[in-house]
Parts: sequence; structure tokens; C-alpha cells
Amino acid sequence: MAIERIFKDEASEEKGERARMASFVGAMAIADLVKTTLGPKGMDKILQSTGRGREVTVTNDGATILKSLHIDNAAAKVLVDISKVQDDEVGDGTTSVVVLAGELLREAEKLVAAKIHPMTIISGYRMAAECARHALLQKVVDNKEDAEKFRSDLMRIAMTTLSSKILCQDKDHFAKLAVDAVMRLKGSTNLESIQIIKKPGGSLKDSFLDEGFILDKKIGIGQPKRIENANILVANTAMDTDKVKIYGARVRVDSMSKVAQIEGAEKEKMREKVQKIIAHGINCFVNRQLIYNFPEELFADAGILAIEHADFDGIERLALVTGGEIASTFDNPETVKLGHCKLIEEIMIGEDKLIRFSGVEMGQACTIVLRGASHHVLDEAERSLHDALCVLSQTVNDSRVLFGGGWPEMIMAKEVDELARKTPGKKSHAIEAFSRALLAIPTIIADNAGLDSAELVAQLRAEHHKEGCNAGIDVISGSVGDMAELGISEAFKVKQAVLLSATEAAEMILRVDEIITCAPRQRENRIHAWKMICTSFHQGGNFVPILTS
Amino acid sequence: MALAFDEFGRPFLILKEQEQKTRLRGLDAQKANISAGKAVARILRTSLGPKGMDKMLQSPDGDVTVTNDGATILEQMDVDNQIAKLMVELSRSQDYEIGDGTTGVVVMAGSLLEQAEKLLERGIHPIRVAEGYEVASRIAVEHLDRISQKFEFGPSNIEPLVQTCMTTLSSKIVNRCKRDLAEIAVKAVLAVADLERRDVHLDLIKVEGKVGGRLEDTELVYGIVVDKDMSHPQMPKRIEDAKIAILTCPFEPPKPKTKHKVDIDTVEKFQTLRVQEQKYFDDMVQKCKDAGATLVICQWGFDDEANHLLMNRNLPAVRWVGGVELELIAIATGGRIVPRFQELTPEKLGKAGMVREKSFGTTKDRMLYIEQCANSRAVTIFIRGGNKMMIEETKRSIHDALCVARNLIRNNSIVYGGGSAEISCSIAVESAADRYPGVEQYAIRGFADALDAIPMALAENSGLQPIETLSAVKSQQIKENNPFCGIDCNDVGTNDMREQNVFETLIGKQQQILLATQVVKMILKIDDVISPSDY
Repeated sequence: MAIERIFKDEASEEKGERARMASFVGAMAIADLVKTTLGPKGMDKILQSTGRGREVTVTNDGATILKSLHIDNAAAKVLVDISKVQDDEVGDGTTSVVVLAGELLREAEKLVAAKIHPMTIISGYRMAAECARHALLQKVVDNKEDAEKFRSDLMRIAMTTLSSKILCQDKDHFAKLAVDAVMRLKGSTNLESIQIIKKPGGSLKDSFLDEGFILDKKIGIGQPKRIENANILVANTAMDTDKVKIYGARVRVDSMSKVAQIEGAEKEKMREKVQKIIAHGINCFVNRQLIYNFPEELFADAGILAIEHADFDGIERLALVTGGEIASTFDNPETVKLGHCKLIEEIMIGEDKLIRFSGVEMGQACTIVLRGASHHVLDEAERSLHDALCVLSQTVNDSRVLFGGGWPEMIMAKEVDELARKTPGKKSHAIEAFSRALLAIPTIIADNAGLDSAELVAQLRAEHHKEGCNAGIDVISGSVGDMAELGISEAFKVKQAVLLSATEAAEMILRVDEIITCAPRQRENRIHAWKMICTSFHQGGNFVPILTS
Repeated sequence: MALAFDEFGRPFLILKEQEQKTRLRGLDAQKANISAGKAVARILRTSLGPKGMDKMLQSPDGDVTVTNDGATILEQMDVDNQIAKLMVELSRSQDYEIGDGTTGVVVMAGSLLEQAEKLLERGIHPIRVAEGYEVASRIAVEHLDRISQKFEFGPSNIEPLVQTCMTTLSSKIVNRCKRDLAEIAVKAVLAVADLERRDVHLDLIKVEGKVGGRLEDTELVYGIVVDKDMSHPQMPKRIEDAKIAILTCPFEPPKPKTKHKVDIDTVEKFQTLRVQEQKYFDDMVQKCKDAGATLVICQWGFDDEANHLLMNRNLPAVRWVGGVELELIAIATGGRIVPRFQELTPEKLGKAGMVREKSFGTTKDRMLYIEQCANSRAVTIFIRGGNKMMIEETKRSIHDALCVARNLIRNNSIVYGGGSAEISCSIAVESAADRYPGVEQYAIRGFADALDAIPMALAENSGLQPIETLSAVKSQQIKENNPFCGIDCNDVGTNDMREQNVFETLIGKQQQILLATQVVKMILKIDDVISPSDY
């Protein structure tokens, strides 16, 4: 009796060893894909869109690369997801988390081949992860109390983060930018209030942080280009035609003269609104929505600077820096809080005119203007800077700091190795494997820098046998160096998130023994899929497609 | 194909377009059905027990789900076969009724089908098999009643409840912190439970998840967590002793249901209408303020003007809160949902000790916590985890644990897990079989064998020798007359499930046996399958 088909056509089912292999191979292929971007000497990737225009993105950011890929392999999707979460949660370490998860699975594959049950591997990994976390916790440095030291910690972290990106040439400059910007937030993690404006032209070094706030808008014609001691009203109101919002209202008239009258009334209404706004005693009016010619003219007559169509984030930031509230009604001028700043002026960056608000009261928000040779450079610079800002803002809240350059991995590997020796039973193999996976990260960093990784990692291990050692890989000189002297630091929060989510993802993939793929929904054409066809040959010569266009 | 002729010898159409349909009859039909049912059960078999594996499912849109929950696996599998769909239904009804044991019930049905196939091959009529199964299931259920134990618990003694929830959670990926999650689930259930009536309204427990953080950060909030933020960025992020107006009307000019038109034909009308409109907004905000509200929660959106007026009058507001959440907030804060501004009175306001906005991660994610409510009967379980799939799976696991806790409050009888209850039932059914004359005896024996499938699968998944382990445990049960011996999945070193603290609910187990028997009976009774052939 033939077994009936129980699935729909085109649905597929992978069982047992095959399922496990498919997920291992998929996960490792993804890890290998981003592996070469790790570390200060990591390389970038070019992503080409299959959409119209064939736009090109050049990036080094793991999350960006993985987000853009169209992946069919289920296990690979898990890895893409953890990298995305890492990006959202701490902002950096998006590549490391994928590489670590990939290495954990690579080790697990060997253990499975040696007939160790996946559940045993999982429980070993869990013990190891806990032990590794503990090891890190014991080594953290917290300089929250000492403002001076804390700032230098932040600088180091920013420099370490930036050193693997396109900005590494000017990392001192950008680290300072990022630290200044984050310190202004005063502990808030809302990066929305740091605005990044990209203007092509000039060199990366010309980028600067503006204390005040820069709005990428033009000043209306005939209005003052420079205002000192400005009172600013930040508004979100309709300044085009103020419709009657009562439902069902419509204008129905029987003669032309009445049309004119109503038009007049409408104009009158707008004039009244403008009068009310002017009555606030302001000399600058920023609106989220459009301002039509008529009210604009009125504002110009009153000598008020009117800025239209500042987007949502724009007015929110502006409200933050100037201390005003976002107003929509103007009947009670005495209760509306106005924003203040010392100087509003039009400035030129490159050949674009922008409006700068300087000497602001609150100063929680700020603007970073990025300059660079091309759009690709600017995009990548923005991503890098964003990573640095994320890490810094998280570090401000959780000020525990570790050294970088493979130092934390070595510390964890050492502790985990010791745990493996103490643990009886099959679990100890898994724990040992965990420590090997941790060692893979410094190995990859060294490999990417074209160094003799085997030699360096062995040296590191010997160094770490001593108590209180600060040794890590100094990629620049290509030898083992003292991380404290070199000033390479990383945030504890990032390392912890990498460790935990990589272990969690590996665990999740290991637990799977069957993959059921439903029949894909028929689509006409996929417009925005990124074209990148990558295949991987497994040891047995089995062919497993990982990505499809 | 069936062809009939009338008295004049003309062919008589029974089935339309016969040649396009495939048809299976008699024993063939039953066997085909059985093999389909078994195929489904085989998929779930490896997910059973604390060492069971997960399944990875890829939906038609490419989304990945990783789960261990039988009902979810079957639901997402997108099966095509009719009998397989019956099995999916089976698992779903166990999910609705009990909430846990969705994998077990399918495995059980699969093994009943397997035994039935053997009996059919011997030439026993399917109906007799079905009847035998029916008798046997009754014996098993009664036997479960006998070996079940009652245990006492109270608000101060939640340990037994926690232990039972831990049994449920131990088979999921979250077993890393099953103790914490079990405690959260039990506390949540006790918070909303009506111990007098022995009833639990699970809708009062909201399970909310947010990607990021660690599983250990999962918390129980005595109050409501809403995935919304204040409508105006400058409203206060923290309100103490909030009086909440819960509105289902928008802060917008009214839209009467009847069709109407307001014609503007003179300047005066235009102006009066304008004034009126402004008054509307003013009135709405004023009414909220008059009632004494310090926070407005609204189901609909606000107009920009209303938003600013609220801000101006220092009245924080939240917009676009979903209907279900609104109800929960109303229950938690003891407020009333007000459909019109005119009906807003101070008595209808809800009260909460603390309302605060909390932000997460580096993105602009914010959530609103409403805590220290007047009536703590609504709670939220807030899950954190490394990735999306993890959160989803945790939600499902928590749901299972909540259901188990609820079942225990309804009926505090338990049986021991680890396959011990099944083995004990199998022994009881086996010995009862001899008392039945007739062909049913064989079916009852078949049932007893089928019951062994669950401990067998448990042992197999735990990497033990299935037959060896099962026979050892079985003989131990008979020898010591101890129905609490089960499979030692976690290598603890004892077979006695009382010592391992592995509990399951009595009604869950009984329901499993009853539901599985019912479906199997249904499948056995089908003797003709007509399906349109492929086109």
C-alpha cells in the first residue's frame, strides 16, 4: 500500500539527518558569507539590487548584508533574524553574532557525526554559555563614577567600533563626534534626536557635529535670513486651506458673487489664524505641513521666518532642542511654550542651503553633518556612525566595559575549557566544542588581516594562561599586544548579547529534526529581491542551494 | 466503478463524471486512510517528551516557525489529505479543550490506527474494532480516575501547580528557565482565577512579547502592557495615580450615521460652522478634564488640533488602542468604556497607581505600562527573547502552561507523567480484555498495545532502548503494584515519577484518550473514498 501524499504539491519535507544537514549547511554558509567582514581588516561587500536602476550598496555591516539577501534556507533565516535583533537591541556586533552561531553549529555538526545526541550538545552549550558570561562578568570594568575615565572608555569603544568600518581612517574624529553626540542625550537611548545629514562633497574629515540643530529646508522668499534671539513656534497645523472638518459640510451657492464672498471669508479665516500665530510674539514659525503662498506672504510681511514642511522627526527634534511644544491650536498664546534660540541663520554646505538654529536652550538633540566623496561612501558612513552611536548610547546606560581585539573570547574560552575538564559525561565534549567556537573569532580576525592565525592564537592562549593578562590581537602590527595600552575596548552589553543570542540560535537550530516547507505562494515577479546566488558544497558532495535570486 | 442498470438495461448514473474521479473502496480505503493518519503521527512522534526535537516550518511566504507544539506544527503544515486534516482537527480540539498534550493525542491516535490495521488484516470487521476501542477507552478512563491523586494548593502554596507547569514546559525550548516561567504562569493564573467558582478566565491574561533581551528577563506585570505610546511626543512619560478615561469615540467632529449634508451658502454660515467646529474640540477636551481624568485612552485617532489641546491642557492621551486591549484596561482599572463624551462621569474613570512609558533597544520602540491597577484581575506576561521565533515559541509554551494551571484549578486531580499513566492503563486494559467474550477482545488488546506507544516514543526520544525500557518499567509496575513508574527521560536515576515530580492533569490525559479513540473510530468507519483525480 503506497503511502498517501499528505502534503500539498511542491511542499517538501526533510527528515532527521538530512534536515539537520540542511540547516547546518545553510547556517554555516551564511556565517561564511559575512565572516570576511569581521575585524578591523575585514572586507566590504557589494550588494546589487535586481530592481530598477540596479542600485549598488557597499557595506561592511553584517545586518545590512543579511537583510538584503533573499534566502530560502530556513536555518539561514534564523541567523538573519538574530543579526537583525542584535542591530535593534545594541546596534553593533551584528557580524560577530552570526559568525559565532555559525561556528557553534560547525562544532555541533562534528559532535553529531560522532553520535552525540543534539540534546546533550544543547545542555553542554547552555552550561558553557552561562560559564562564559560569568567569566566576562568577573572581568568587566565599570568607570561610571569617574566622568573623565568614563569618557575615555566611550572614546575607546567608539574607536574600536569604527575601526572595522569605512570611517577607520578618521576614527579619532568620528569617535569624538559620536561621543559628543551621545553625551548630549544625557542617558536617553532615543537616537532619533541625533540627526544625520548627508551632503556629498568634501572629504569625510570635513564632517562635523553641530551643537545646535540643522534643518534641511530653505527659508521662504522675502523673509529674514538671519534672526537673533529667536522665539520659535513649532507647529503641526494645516496652513494650506483650512477645511471645515464637520462631516458632510460642503459649499453650495447659487451665484458667483457668493463664491467670492466665501472665498473672502476663507481668506479672512487664514489671515486670522496667521494673526493669532503672530500674536504669540514669535519671529520664527516652523510647520510640519505645507504653508501656502498666502500665509507665507503674511508671515513675510510681519517679518517672521516661516519654514514649511519640516517632517515629523524634524519638528520633534526641533521641539526637543528649543524647548518649545508642538502646537496645533493658537487660541491661548499665554499657555503655549515657545522655543528659543540665540541665532537662526542660513548656512551653506557644499552648494545646498540649510537652516541652522544655534545657541539652543535644551540641547538634547544635535546634528551631525556627514561629508564624503559619493553617496555610497556617505551611506556606509551613516551606517557605521549609527552603529557607533547605538553602542555608545547603550554603554551610557550600562557602563560596563571590556577589552577588545579577541580578548573577551580568549577569557571565555579559557574558563569554558576549564569547565569542560571538570564536567563528567558526554556534555564535556560539547563544552569543549563551545570553547573552540569562541576561539574561532580571534582566528577569523587574524585571518582577515592576513596574519598567521594559528601562530597568533596559540601565542594568545599562552599569554592568557597568566593571571590578569590584557593580551589581544594587535591587527595593525600583526602581533599579540596589550589591549589596555592600545586602547581597544568593547561594551559588555554587546558581547553579552552576542554570546547569548548566538547560543540561543544555535540551540534552536540544533533542536530541529524535521523541516517542512509549504508550497511557496505563487508570485508574479519578485521585484526587489537582491540577486546573489550562492551555493555550497557539503563534505559529502551534496549540493544544497542556499540563496536564490 | 459503480455502474447500475435500470430495468430496461440502460446505465444509471450514480456519480457524475465518474471517469474523472478516483475511488477507493472497502479494505483498501481503510488502509489508505490508516496510512495517511500514521504518516501524520510519525511526524509528531519525535517531538514527544522532554528530549523531543523541534520542527522547522516554512510558510508559503517564507516565514520560519520553529516549534515543538503539536497543534502548531499540524496547523502550519498545510496538509492536503482529508484524513490528515482530521488528525489536524484532533490536535486542535485538544488544544482548545485542554491546551496541552496536543502532540500526545496525535501520537496516540496514530498508534491506535496502527493496531487497527493489524486487526483488519486478520479479517476483523472495522466496526467491531471500533467497538472494542470504545470499550477499552472507557476502561482506561476509569482506571485513570482510580490512579489519580488530588492535591491541595492555595494562594500561599503554589508549589504543586508550579511543578505541573514545569512538566509541561520541560519539553519546550524554554526549558532553560522553566522554573521562572512556570512560576510566572501560575502566578498569572492565580491572579485572575476565581477560586470560589473554580474558574479561570484566560482572556484576562495578556501575553505580549518584544524581541531583545534575554529569556530570563521575561516578567509578569500586574497590570496591562500596551504596545503604544503617548499621542504627543511632549506629553509626560510617567503618571502617578492616574484616572483613566477609556473612550471609544474619536477626538474628531461627530459623524452622524444618517446621511446628511450641511450646505454652506453664506459667509455667516461658514463662520458659524467654523466657530462650532472649534467649540467641538474644546468641549471634548473640557469634558474629559471636567470628569477629572488625568489620562485618556482612546480607541480611535485624534485630530491634530485635539491632540494639541490635550497637550495644552496637560491631559496625556494614548490613541489607536485595540478593542481587546481597551477591554482589558477597563477590567484592570475598574473603569467603564465610554462611547460618548456626554456620558463621561467621574465614576466611570479607571484608576491605576502608575502609568509609564518604557523604551527598548536602539529603535524607537516604546511600550506603555499600566500598573498598580484598582482591580488586579488582569495581568500581562511580557516575554523577551533573542529572536522572533523564540518569542513566538515562548508564547505558545506559556499558553500551554497557563492552560495546565487553569485545568488544575478546575479539577485538582493529577496523574503522573513520564508515560506512567499510559503504562498503568495499558496493564489495566490488557487484564480487562480477557473478560470480554467475542471479537472485541482482540481490539481491546490492540488498544492496550497502542497505549504503550507513548512511553515507547518517550524512551526512544530520550535515547533509551525502547522495548527494553518499557518492559522493565511494566514489570516493575506489576511487581510493586505501583502505577507511578514511568520512563526516566532525564537520567535522574529513579523510575518513580512521584520523586521526579512529573505531573500531568487528569482531565488532560482523559481527554487525550477519549479524543484519540473518537477520531480513530471515525476513520475506521470510512469504507469509500471518492476524490476528484488530478487535473
